[in-house]
Amino acid sequence: MANSEAIPLPEAPRLRRLAGEVVAGRPAVIISLATVLVFAVIAILAPWIAPRDPMAQSFIAINAMPSSDYLLGTDQFGRDLLSRLIYGSRNSLIFGLLSPVFAAIAGTFLGVTAGYFGGWIDRVVTRIIDMLLAFPELLLAILVAAALGGGFWNVVAVLTIAFTPGFARVARASTLAVKQEPYIEAAIASGVSTPVIIFRHVVPNISAPIVVLMTLWSASAIRLEATLSFLGIGTQPPAPSWGNIIREGLGNMFATPWPILTGGLAITIVVLAISTIGDAVRDALDPEIK
Amino acid sequence: MTRYILTRLLDAVPTMLLVLTLVFLAMRVLPGDPALAALGDGAQPEAIAQFRERFGLNDPLWLQYLHFMRDMLTFDFGASLMSGERVAQLLVSNLGYTVELTIAAVLLGIMGGIPLGVMAALNRNRAPDAGFRVFSLLGYAIPDFYLGAVLLIVFSLSLGWFPISGAGDGFADRMHHLVLPALTLALLKVAFLGRLTRTALLEVLGRDFVRTARAKGARENRVIYRHALRNALLPLSTGLGLSILSTLSGSVAVELVFNRPGLGKLLITAITERDYPIVQAGVVVFAAAVVVVNLLMELVYVIIDPRIRVQ
Repeated sequence: MANSEAIPLPEAPRLRRLAGEVVAGRPAVIISLATVLVFAVIAILAPWIAPRDPMAQSFIAINAMPSSDYLLGTDQFGRDLLSRLIYGSRNSLIFGLLSPVFAAIAGTFLGVTAGYFGGWIDRVVTRIIDMLLAFPELLLAILVAAALGGGFWNVVAVLTIAFTPGFARVARASTLAVKQEPYIEAAIASGVSTPVIIFRHVVPNISAPIVVLMTLWSASAIRLEATLSFLGIGTQPPAPSWGNIIREGLGNMFATPWPILTGGLAITIVVLAISTIGDAVRDALDPEIK
Repeated sequence: MTRYILTRLLDAVPTMLLVLTLVFLAMRVLPGDPALAALGDGAQPEAIAQFRERFGLNDPLWLQYLHFMRDMLTFDFGASLMSGERVAQLLVSNLGYTVELTIAAVLLGIMGGIPLGVMAALNRNRAPDAGFRVFSLLGYAIPDFYLGAVLLIVFSLSLGWFPISGAGDGFADRMHHLVLPALTLALLKVAFLGRLTRTALLEVLGRDFVRTARAKGARENRVIYRHALRNALLPLSTGLGLSILSTLSGSVAVELVFNRPGLGKLLITAITERDYPIVQAGVVVFAAAVVVVNLLMELVYVIIDPRIRVQ
């Protein structure tokens, strides 16, 4: 995250050309986009494509190895692993989608407020942001989860809090840059009210780097949710998520390695795909880094 | 120099107080009643009342805050609800395992990451660089607990080369227990530090002093390691601070995978057992570690780059 401030501000019309640059001549990016799309479809269609009920236990098929009945085998409760993975994708993707969006909204609000108004508001917000940024997101998430506990909305809150400081810093830096622009001065001079200036002139002009960060960090959010669920403070069993499938698999590894192997593979593939897309976006924005 | 260190130390005091205040707010003010959290949703009202009384949760918030700050600043963390052991004692006995794991992983990360990053930078846009790019992408994408579990299955469970759980007794045994967990955490560091080294080195290699070194006939190794890499150290040391902290947070999951004692395992177990005093103390200790590591890194900058002192 250290170089997130270095992302320059593209003007809005450049975004479409940027999308072209991201994809052009990069088969890895196209494959990654396709991968994310496939997982999204799997998550959406889970009830129709999962071969079995992910929660249904079967005591005659405990720890079954992969077979034509259970394509990836079963866990210690005789639950179908493939179906659990398919349903688990819903949790991973929804967190990867929701928490960066919420964090972007919260962070933009904080950053724009601090950057636009300056003064003591800026000092207080900056101080807290700097302090929170000293924490790795995982540690921050664990500490907040320790206070809040697991469950869907708590996990959303935890991930949102973990990513908000990063968005706030970028939003603040971008706002400071935009504030110098003549059109803001012009708006102030012509008596436009402050909320209108902020929502009509500032926010749209800092939205591009925020959107880029949202792509980059949805990979982090997915990995973070998996880690929290693995630690037992994320998605709570019996609901399946890739992280807690691995958690349960670890307790049962003497019987079958399949839950660990496949659950981890799913996380790795999705995170790899999303961060490949994110890297391409950043490269296109800042060709110097390559 | 002394003056700089003193101002930095003094600067850390309000930061630590702010961290403690945020921890207090998170534990007491955020939704979620500590009494309910500790006793479970089905707790008897009398039990809840008793719990609130015992931990002073009925006091006004400002008084609770003062008590909390007093307890934390005097290292009085109370006793475990489960075992009755002093929390301070538990923290001390677990600290060593986590420190040992963090140091081992960071050292391995440096030993692997810097040479790999140098190699990638010197072979920019050729096969070794591309190979490293793939490696670092993978290193970023594979969750450490998954990597740890796979290593555990392959090398402990199937091959029987390493122990399956615990941290061992005596030096040799402890090192034996340390190998897989440290490797697990180190892989991510290798990817991260390697990437940083590559970027920092590429930036420096084009500079005049590198050309001068070459022109005066210094051998290539000397040019790279003495002239170029040395000037790339500053961004690298920032990365080092980040990697120590991310290793520390990664150790939480890795301790769980390898069933190793340590601060992370203590905290996570306490969360699942709803052992409120341990959770609170664990959160404070991890937060304090972040402040301390950042402070140390600032001091390292001054040693590497004396120019900072003057500013």
